Amino acid sequence: MTKNTAKKNTATREAYGEALVELGRENRNIVVLDADLSKSTKTEMFAKEFPERFFNMGIAEQNMMGTAAGLAASGKIPFVSTFAVFATGRAFDQVRNSIAYPGLNVKIAATHAGITVGQDGASHQSVEDIAIMRAIPGMTVINPADAVEAKAAVKAAALMEGPVYIRLGRHKVPVVFDEEKYEFKSGKGVVLQEGGDVTIIATGIMVAQALEASKLLSEKGIKAKVVNIHTIKPLDEDLIIECAKQTKAIITAEEHSITGGLGSAVAEVVSERFPVPVKRVGIKDRFGQSGLPEELLKLYNLTAEDIASAAAELIRKK
Amino acid sequence: MNDINFLKKIALQVRKDIVEMTYHAGSGHPGGSLSAVEIMVSLYFSVMKVDPKNPDWEDRDRFVLSKGHACPVLYSVLARKGFFSPEDLKTLRKFGSHLQGHPSRLKTPGVEVSAGSLGQGLSVANGIAIGAKMLNKDIRVYCLMGDGEIQEGSVWEAAMTAGHRKLDNLVAIVDYNNLQIDGWVEDVKGLAPLADKWRSFRWHVIGIDGHDFDQILSAFNEAEQTKGCPTVILAETVKGKGISFMENKAEWHGKAPNRQEYIEALEELGFLKGGESID
Repeated sequence: MTKNTAKKNTATREAYGEALVELGRENRNIVVLDADLSKSTKTEMFAKEFPERFFNMGIAEQNMMGTAAGLAASGKIPFVSTFAVFATGRAFDQVRNSIAYPGLNVKIAATHAGITVGQDGASHQSVEDIAIMRAIPGMTVINPADAVEAKAAVKAAALMEGPVYIRLGRHKVPVVFDEEKYEFKSGKGVVLQEGGDVTIIATGIMVAQALEASKLLSEKGIKAKVVNIHTIKPLDEDLIIECAKQTKAIITAEEHSITGGLGSAVAEVVSERFPVPVKRVGIKDRFGQSGLPEELLKLYNLTAEDIASAAAELIRKK
Repeated sequence: MNDINFLKKIALQVRKDIVEMTYHAGSGHPGGSLSAVEIMVSLYFSVMKVDPKNPDWEDRDRFVLSKGHACPVLYSVLARKGFFSPEDLKTLRKFGSHLQGHPSRLKTPGVEVSAGSLGQGLSVANGIAIGAKMLNKDIRVYCLMGDGEIQEGSVWEAAMTAGHRKLDNLVAIVDYNNLQIDGWVEDVKGLAPLADKWRSFRWHVIGIDGHDFDQILSAFNEAEQTKGCPTVILAETVKGKGISFMENKAEWHGKAPNRQEYIEALEELGFLKGGESID
């Protein structure tokens, strides 16, 4: 393998496509289903190498989820891909009743999550997919921060038993992690930087923004601890409580609605076990809209500056 | 090989079980269970390769009850086949029972697919049929749907997939009893011309009387001989079949018999003659 992705901005969907091909070579039970979006979701990379294990189900997401359930019941490990809005919205009932309730081993890898979809606008920008998937009993929910983490998470998901939702993006984002050293441990949060004044808990593409925010804060003399939560469910509650005890203030950051996503999950555990002030940076009960990803991230207050100012304000309230 | 009298005897027992189970549960779905008795008895006692001693046997045929509310007929047939004790049937829908109000594959031996939300089973059956073909195994997949159920759009997504992929190891059966919860299917949202619909989705269509064992068995045989496309059997049935006061009445879709109705039903089936105790 050439390391052509190193340090160059890469979309997590690209890493997904690469991971599927590698998985396909390693394990003959891997099968992939798509609903007429294989070029966009990057499953076409798998389709080209393993046409006999790739199933284009046409524009029929509900049927695709059900078929994946049947394939899992036959001992296959299906990866199912479409855009996050369709995977979690259009086919919700099939994900709930045909996949999750019977505990079937289906991996839902949904791309084009969040507002960084960009110009397609609100109908294609899922701001609630984490909330929906998190509410389903037994569903593992993973939101990788960059291409390195996405690839490792996809490979780890193939080895897990049971349903997994993996949230992937369309937009090229900075590579945060070193592929040589990176190790994915499902359900474990990762401390990326120590600091005692405030903890920034981030997920997905907001992890890079959180690291940027900590630099802005250090210029003001504020030392921020930065934590990456790639697995939103099961949540690394112990690490979050440790952060609450240590810094007494928590900022969450996600490219998702603040209703039901990472911010909610963190607030739930903190309020139950060790209440400290929590401020959620995310999308505030709004749909997305057309625009370039950078324009939208600014408009919806999802930048490093937004995280830093929320943190500075929260510290004043401590 | 197919002793029709033997199948009829089991069918009578299964009808008794359905009435008894729903009576003891105080709720449940007798109407659409009774309409499917002959189909289900044919599948489990003549057509399908299954081994109750080894429910996870790799090469078994698979059955998907897409109309999950009709689980009393499935549970009864599984119990009578030996997947679990018929004693369990009285625990239907009760706290702690493995016999849930709608089928769960994690709880009941022999149940292949969890169901209850209508319109999903045929997609799952597609997946199992594709999986069987990938393994090059002679596994046949059977999926029972209700006629009201096929108003669900996802059924037609699945129908299109099976036709497109030429899943000739898949057989769908429509329990065409003409009734759904709110009344006659033709009044609520009509299906006709149903055979043409399936044909246009590239399926082989067989129409039968769904209570006639000869016709049922020959339809399953014809389905097995049919190569290059999936087969659907449109089985004309009577909702509530065998219990005269339940027959053709939408209200018996999801209602349990009371004690008096239970006694009447058992009498009609020939199980109570002259003041026997039912308890």
